[in-house]
Amino acid sequence: MSLGVYVHIPFCVRKCLYCDFLSFPAETSMMRTYFDALLREIRAVAPDLQHDTVDTVFLGGGTPSLPAAEFIPPLLSCIRTELHIDPGAEISMECNPGTVTEEKLSLYHDAGINRLSIGLQSAEDAELAVLGRIHSLEDFLRTYAQARTAGFDNINIDLMRGIPGQTRASFRRSLEQVCHLRPEHLSVYSLIIEDGTPFGDRYGTAQGRRAPEQGAAKQGTLPPLPSEEEELAMSADTEEVLAAAGYGRYEISNYARPGYACQHNLRYWRRADYIGFGLGAASLLGNGTQRFHNTNVLPRYLAEASDPSHIREDNETLSVRARMEETMFLGLRMTRGVSRTAFRAQFGVDLREVYDAVIRQNERDGLLTITPEYLCLTPRGLDISNYVMAQFLFDTEQATA
Amino acid sequence: MDKKEQNRIRNFCIVAHIDHGKSTLADRLIERTGVLTSREMKAQVLDNMEIERERGITIKSQAVRMVYQAKNGEEYIYNMIDTPGHVDFGYEVSRSLAACDGAILVVDATQGVEAQTLANVYLALDHDLDVVPVINKIDLPSARPQEVKDEIEDIIGIEAQDAPCISAKLGTGIEDVLEAVAVHIPPPDGDPEEPLKALIFDSVYDSYRGVIVFVRIRDGRIAPGMRVKSCATQAAWEVVETGTFGPGRFIPCEALSAGEVGYFTASIKNIQDTSVGDTITEVARPCAEALPGYKKVMPMVYCGFYPADTARYPELRDALEKLKLNDASLFYEPETSQALGFGFRCGFLGLLHLEVIQERLEREYDLDLVTTAPGVVYKVHKTDGTVFDLTNPSNLPDPSEIDYMEEPIVNGEIMVTTDYVGPIMQLCQERRGKYLSTEYMEQTRAILKYELPLNEIIYDFFDALKSRSRGYASFDYEIKGYETSELVKLDILINKETVDALSFIVHKDGAYERGKRMCERLKEEIPRHLFEIPIQAAVGGKVIARETVKAMRKDVLAKCYGGDISRKRKLLEKQKEGKKKMRQIGSVEIPQSAFLSVLKLDEGD
Repeated sequence: MSLGVYVHIPFCVRKCLYCDFLSFPAETSMMRTYFDALLREIRAVAPDLQHDTVDTVFLGGGTPSLPAAEFIPPLLSCIRTELHIDPGAEISMECNPGTVTEEKLSLYHDAGINRLSIGLQSAEDAELAVLGRIHSLEDFLRTYAQARTAGFDNINIDLMRGIPGQTRASFRRSLEQVCHLRPEHLSVYSLIIEDGTPFGDRYGTAQGRRAPEQGAAKQGTLPPLPSEEEELAMSADTEEVLAAAGYGRYEISNYARPGYACQHNLRYWRRADYIGFGLGAASLLGNGTQRFHNTNVLPRYLAEASDPSHIREDNETLSVRARMEETMFLGLRMTRGVSRTAFRAQFGVDLREVYDAVIRQNERDGLLTITPEYLCLTPRGLDISNYVMAQFLFDTEQATA
Repeated sequence: MDKKEQNRIRNFCIVAHIDHGKSTLADRLIERTGVLTSREMKAQVLDNMEIERERGITIKSQAVRMVYQAKNGEEYIYNMIDTPGHVDFGYEVSRSLAACDGAILVVDATQGVEAQTLANVYLALDHDLDVVPVINKIDLPSARPQEVKDEIEDIIGIEAQDAPCISAKLGTGIEDVLEAVAVHIPPPDGDPEEPLKALIFDSVYDSYRGVIVFVRIRDGRIAPGMRVKSCATQAAWEVVETGTFGPGRFIPCEALSAGEVGYFTASIKNIQDTSVGDTITEVARPCAEALPGYKKVMPMVYCGFYPADTARYPELRDALEKLKLNDASLFYEPETSQALGFGFRCGFLGLLHLEVIQERLEREYDLDLVTTAPGVVYKVHKTDGTVFDLTNPSNLPDPSEIDYMEEPIVNGEIMVTTDYVGPIMQLCQERRGKYLSTEYMEQTRAILKYELPLNEIIYDFFDALKSRSRGYASFDYEIKGYETSELVKLDILINKETVDALSFIVHKDGAYERGKRMCERLKEEIPRHLFEIPIQAAVGGKVIARETVKAMRKDVLAKCYGGDISRKRKLLEKQKEGKKKMRQIGSVEIPQSAFLSVLKLDEGD
């Protein structure tokens, strides 16, 4: 079986104002303890994964590039020693400008990292400041150049739209600036205001679509969020600018030059197995039937990393219905859509038989397209994918029960 | 029980203006009489309904029996009957009073006599109760007990110089109150040897014991095994249990005798058989005539209740039936709506009463309700000379068949500090009030008298009063009668379809403003659909206001980090769940909350 590996590095210089991921600042000594725990966890889990071949590895965070470079090679060599790594495996790492040097990047490259994902978010310094990012555009440009020098030939850049104070023009400048650098991959997503973040406090809740403007007005120090019209225009601009620059959209928020789609991310949408190592890391195993995640509590993780059964939580065996639902709402994120062949191979039935009414209705509404091979969202469907995906959940109470 | 024991019973209630500390005093009395230890005391023992605790008001009458060791060495039995303080519940106050011989009047030492203080005192005096004044909140820096005592004597005309000055909150002066009850409130009269004559003042339904009937024994005695009957319905039962009211529970006893307050059960399954105000007597030896009972109260506010899940209509019917059992002022009858299906048109004493019933249905009976716009009862005079009461706007005949319409008018009294007279007068003006007079009670306080249409005060008049007077104004009203008015039916069209459940009657001058606000509010409530949805307000087929819910354009999940899909699933599930709570009207889905929230649209602050 093919397997993906995700490793969570939860450390950051400081938290960005919009971030609700599991991350926090830490001392070097804490990082050392954490990496030790990671190695212990990998060694403890590995015996169960000896039948699998790992073809994607992803170091995510937090800011995996924050800890000293010396921590990374032992981590990767541990993965290589303990698990079977395909020689052509995609090995990605997230990296934030302002946390790396050319030397550090070279070390990563030598350790086997062959894809970098750089979190830029915006090419406008004012917007970076609003987001609470630690870097400037100049820092990013330096990091990007250093990465190329260090030998990275597969680079992703993250961009964000809907930043407070962002305008259509400023977003377009960010897009153009980034295209000009010719990265292999671009991830362009909308800022989501999450509860429990400083942005959540200032702009209202994640679900409250109206709250933002009022909340911002009250706050005063942060600029207002772009209007819905502006954000829609930004969406359209993303399509237009990136298509012209030769990037194909293969997922709701991901674009790549031909042959550079992120294999690890595709794994998530296709529900191929992955094992997560580290604090809070999520896993899908057993040919897509078993989900769990590691504890979010750091001391507990550190103390029990050698005993995987003690740190795993929310372990659930997915019912056929739950797997069908996931197959649909994850698969529809890909522009190609859900493969009817793959669906039939897994469930022994055509997805049309299961979801006939929903598919018909959404086809009529111009949100879905069905071909003999795939079911996919139309461009309009991509814009309102939540609305469509929610309809693929079954009616009965707990589909996962 | 002999006469001596009967002489040591005191049946009383506590009356007060809202927030003057009635419930707190009740708690203290229970605490001091040792029925409960301090550890057992919940913050407010009497208010055991969830809603009451949250709103901080007392809704349902309840009774508690206490044992008090007086200074003269005698042991007294105190039956304290709790009464609601809100103007909507005048009816419940009145039936509680009928079970009492005296009343403790609680007056806030900082606020003095308020409109509802007067209303409740007059009710108590109407029932021939002896009123014992108590000055509360003397711990507050702004307390002015002597002035308040003078005020009580001046305004109410009862002796107040010896009134206990207490702080129910701190527990000071409670002994004085207990002692005053023994001294100033008379023992109950009534003859235990006479045929049984018991007044039903409340009842609750228990799924094991059937109806639990709360009674005040006027004459005779009632004991298990006795066959009793209702004077009104003649339905008869054998008494299974008699008992008294411990705090929060029932305490069985051998018998209840003249002067006592307690309950009995008799495996009564049919809740209509025991209505409040009815007299219970013995089958073998009936009393000569029934007690006078209570004045019937007419519902003043009507609205439709519909089960969110149409399959639960029978459950809603059962729940209303049970609530009606101890709330005689609740009225209901079946009705149907094109938009909402089968439901009930319900009548209430006021908007608070409506909200309380709604919350009780939702919490105690676990029902999801859709509530339509509350309205008052209009009198429609048709061209053929007939007149009928209109409680549901949908039933308004074609304008060509209507000669004229009348609406209920109230005499309102607003007590307010002089600083806020201006803003309050302006508010009354906006609500089509007709100014009658101003009376100054002291230099700083005035009573404004207005005639106001009832339909202008049933929504949010109290809130508006409070906000425009920084909480200083209080309001009391009584129905004056019906007057001719130029009324129109305002219809709401969603995506070009009239939604019957959203129609309401409004004065013609206010139609545009209200229609406009209604559209604005609905625009906020209705989620975006794949298509644009026009929302229109119309009078007699003519559109007077319009808003548009724009088509859905963007609804995308965030980045799915590290393969953690559980959050995404939850988000989608929530979205799906939200859809279920919608009502389909044509091709538009309307959240159930829209049907009630549009009513609270008057004060846009």
